[in-house]
Amino acid sequence: MARKTTDQKGWLFVAPVVALVMFNAAIPLMTVVNYSVQETFGDNVFFWHGIGWFQDVLQSERFQAALGRQLLFTGIILAIEVPLGVAIALAMPRKGIWVSVCLVLMALPLLIPWNVVGAIWNIYALPDIGLFGRVINELGFDYNFTQSPFAAWFTLIVMDVWHWTSLVVLLAYAGLSSIPDAYYQAARIDGAKRWAVFRYIQLPKMRRVLTIAILLRFMDSFMIYTEPFVLTGGGPGNSTTFLSIDLVKIALGQFDLGPAAAMSLIYFLIILAFSWVFYTVMTRHEGN
Amino acid sequence: MKAIRILAPTLYIIFLLLPIYWLLNMSFKTTNEILGGFSLWPREFTLANYAVIFTDATWYTGYLNSITYVALNTVISVAVALPAAYAFSRFRFLGDKHLFFWLLTNRMAPAAVFALPFFQLYSAVGLFDTHIAVALAHCLFNIPLAVWILEGFMSGIPRELDETAYVDGYSFPRFFTRIFMPTIASGIGVAAFFCFMFSWVELLLAKTLTSVEAKPIAATMTRTASTSGYELGLLAAAGALTIIPGAVVIWFVRNYIAKGFALGRV
Repeated sequence: MARKTTDQKGWLFVAPVVALVMFNAAIPLMTVVNYSVQETFGDNVFFWHGIGWFQDVLQSERFQAALGRQLLFTGIILAIEVPLGVAIALAMPRKGIWVSVCLVLMALPLLIPWNVVGAIWNIYALPDIGLFGRVINELGFDYNFTQSPFAAWFTLIVMDVWHWTSLVVLLAYAGLSSIPDAYYQAARIDGAKRWAVFRYIQLPKMRRVLTIAILLRFMDSFMIYTEPFVLTGGGPGNSTTFLSIDLVKIALGQFDLGPAAAMSLIYFLIILAFSWVFYTVMTRHEGN
Repeated sequence: MKAIRILAPTLYIIFLLLPIYWLLNMSFKTTNEILGGFSLWPREFTLANYAVIFTDATWYTGYLNSITYVALNTVISVAVALPAAYAFSRFRFLGDKHLFFWLLTNRMAPAAVFALPFFQLYSAVGLFDTHIAVALAHCLFNIPLAVWILEGFMSGIPRELDETAYVDGYSFPRFFTRIFMPTIASGIGVAAFFCFMFSWVELLLAKTLTSVEAKPIAATMTRTASTSGYELGLLAAAGALTIIPGAVVIWFVRNYIAKGFALGRV
């Protein structure tokens, strides 16, 4: 790490970024805060409502259920994507033409617009004319993601694994390719087992990229909206209504600005808290 | 062991490509054939779906709109993130760590939270339904990411490089553009790739901030669901075409991705 000097002109360098992000973040955020403490009966007349909306949201079963589903979904996809991504990165070739081919093919799903991802999986998983749905039904399982909550969850999870595992693979692979060959030779001389090589050489070298990968996956899966909206529309029933879908229903569907704003802030704070804890734990040993 | 090394990535890539194959398969079928039954490849091969997209202005302008705002966003994000990342990697200044985390928090803000306020804000400043509005809105999550990535790369470059350049009589702007930026070229490539990626795939904000003039292709696609039932063939063809710009970008940055991260914060 390059050493740093104390120099207040650093602010000059960050000024454009601060200005742009302020415009985009601070003004809308204040709008949300405004709505969250007021009640309106239309005509742009607002009344002070204090923390009432926050209490309503936190106590509503609807919010708790959506939060529960969200936590479960994020937990499952992190538990699958991170180990799978690392395993595939470990198995990938290190040199030669195949590296480029693998990387390009694997990155493909990452660059497909999210609603197209939903549309692709929709036609792929249809029980009658979709390859995925058809094969599962041929195997003797009764599978229809528009009717059974379990099938809907299963489809969403497979879709997310399909969509995002490559991000973990790319980052983990980049971490692995930074390990000098000398490390492996030293390990071989010492007679290290495969597991020991992974635990004491590869894993520590991947820690920083894995931090980025897990943080990005956590944030994005917690904010997931477009793919389930296109694929299941939050159903069947409310079984795949995650926080973002619920929020958009309340804010843009019912136009309940107060509760929607309060829910937005609670939602944002939850992500912030998780990310901060995670960021602190993962970077604790670095000691800048 | 050797078998696993080949088998695992191969199986994974097949798993990734099957849905894309199915999309292509659908896009070469007529809607009647799609709804008529299950078939592994198109029986009546047709390019009609693609012909519709390339001749109907409401379709192809969608692509042009998307590419315009994504390009604008990538340029803006990387251009303002470069000096900021330099400051974070080289200087200690009042509130730097808090500022850095505050920037990152914006990457965590769900688009659903900001959809309505963004609509009001950009309408108020008269930018609603312009490409620049979407490009600026996407800066919300792309600038923090670009700063984060570039800061990692820059921290990997020893300070001696800066100092030697000053001794040699380089002014700061000349040093930054002639020496520093070429040194972290792969970092800039990786940052630009991620900005492109997250701006290209985002739909909620892009859809909220546009109506006609700057409507993204992904929003145009939702139209097929409402007019005359489900035009699956057309939807599949439009979807298949959205993969192409991404594939082209990956091809250009493929070497940077592996090498780039390795040089960076690893």
